[in-house]
Amino acid sequence: MVDTGSTAWLLGSAALVMLMTPGLALFYGGMVRARSVLNVMAMTFICLATVGLIWVIYGYSLAFGADWFGGLLGDLRLAGLRGVAQQTVGPAGTKVPLFAFVAFQMMFAVITVALLAGAIAERARFWTWTLFSVVWVTLVYLPVAHWVFAPDGWIATKLHLLDFAGGTVVEVNSGAAALALAIVLGRRHGWPKQAARPHNLPFVMFGAGLLWFGWFGFNAGSALAAKNLAATSFLNTTVAGAAAVLGWLLVEQFRDGKPTTLGAASGAVAGLVGITPGCAYVEPIGAIAIGAVAGVVCSFAVGLKYRYGFDDALDVVAVHGVGGFVGTLLIGVFATVSVDPQGVDGLLYGGGFDQLWRQAVGTFAVLGYSLVVTFLIGWVMHKFMGFRLDREAEIDGVDEAEHAEGAYELAVQSGRRGSAPAGALGSHRPAREETR
Amino acid sequence: MKLLTAVVKPFVLDEVREALQELGIAGMTVTEVRGYGRQKGHTEVYRGAEYAIDFITKYRLEILLDDDQVEGALRTVRETAHTGKIGDGKIWVTPVETVVRVRTGERGRDAL
Repeated sequence: MVDTGSTAWLLGSAALVMLMTPGLALFYGGMVRARSVLNVMAMTFICLATVGLIWVIYGYSLAFGADWFGGLLGDLRLAGLRGVAQQTVGPAGTKVPLFAFVAFQMMFAVITVALLAGAIAERARFWTWTLFSVVWVTLVYLPVAHWVFAPDGWIATKLHLLDFAGGTVVEVNSGAAALALAIVLGRRHGWPKQAARPHNLPFVMFGAGLLWFGWFGFNAGSALAAKNLAATSFLNTTVAGAAAVLGWLLVEQFRDGKPTTLGAASGAVAGLVGITPGCAYVEPIGAIAIGAVAGVVCSFAVGLKYRYGFDDALDVVAVHGVGGFVGTLLIGVFATVSVDPQGVDGLLYGGGFDQLWRQAVGTFAVLGYSLVVTFLIGWVMHKFMGFRLDREAEIDGVDEAEHAEGAYELAVQSGRRGSAPAGALGSHRPAREETR
Repeated sequence: MKLLTAVVKPFVLDEVREALQELGIAGMTVTEVRGYGRQKGHTEVYRGAEYAIDFITKYRLEILLDDDQVEGALRTVRETAHTGKIGDGKIWVTPVETVVRVRTGERGRDAL
């Protein structure tokens, strides 16, 4: 028997997490220049298509299927998800349909890949990126998800790392991969000298709002049941975001003299990233502390790319990588069994350093694996397919070069339809030529 | 006849238009322009990275006037666009040889 309340919550959560991907498209879209907005949105959106299909075909099976060897990868017995429509998963008493869990986890995989688009915004070739999303989810996301999320993954069973909703699998993983990709593709033309101002901050604010909203599904849905743990995660999620907004803005006020809207949006995301791994293991007061630390640390971390010269266009490394790293480590400090009896006591609750080193080792394992494998995938694709637009196309804008579209009508154009009768107004040419 | 051109802060537009209407001045052309004068540009900070914005957005108003309207219009625009802060803009007047109304073909004063 499935628990209908938990099933309803999990399906709702899956839908909430799905909404984060178009939310991310807005968040990213507003931060790029007007000539590249459609491309970064398309790069984000395409992950729903590629990763969504892979998840059913073999993704879920490799991540959550029975362990193959040593906790490294699942097997392929669930590939195609055939004949399992009646199965249920979850703890006794709150069973949910297997497919609800499959759908929920699918959305995690989708947004994790989509996050990477921010690192290489404004300069990547679309089809190479699309193929990359397929290869990356297969070679990086699926193994890492198995290590941490699957009941027999090595990080979960041998290391006993705690990661409730994806601080390592989603955040550290995407942050490390973002760094590798940004290095492989190289800097945008003119960066960092030339200004790449966000072209639409209202998009950024709206996108951040949608991400926050979706994050309730992301974190509280990870309880897989409509129970106490879901409520704790929900509450912790929002107070961590709140504390991080203030943390980031205070840094800006003291460092730059003004609190910015982009800072508020970035702070919210940093705090939500930070609380993701620990949302069900800490008390609300701990969540506030984690959020505040994430907000402050991440706002300083955006300076890293200028110092080390890697063009992580939309700060995936600083916000997701660093935020996820901080949040995962801080479980070892703020976790308490009074919140989740299955959890642990961290440093501040008498648990000593035991959990802290487990969190650190597990995080570095994910970080290292993701960094190295992503670099290799990116390098091979860059070498053999071309991952980077040529200089002219990049300067004209990715939207025009890759999609033959423009987001906005910025000047009066005299365009004609490509299907106009030949000879009516000069010779007939292909539509692309005529709309220039 | 004269052409009065004014470069002003965007938010004064409505006030200028209303004040000119009261003087019986029939129309104007407005363009969004960018530039700098003594105000220079300004600095914007995005995620801690500073961007110097060299050109600031202003509106350029172009108003065709009969000679006897010039002084009144000049004063009105100057007064309504005035905030007293740097960056209020400039107004200049240039001679116009003739004006033609496209619809009727009227010329000169009748075309205003």
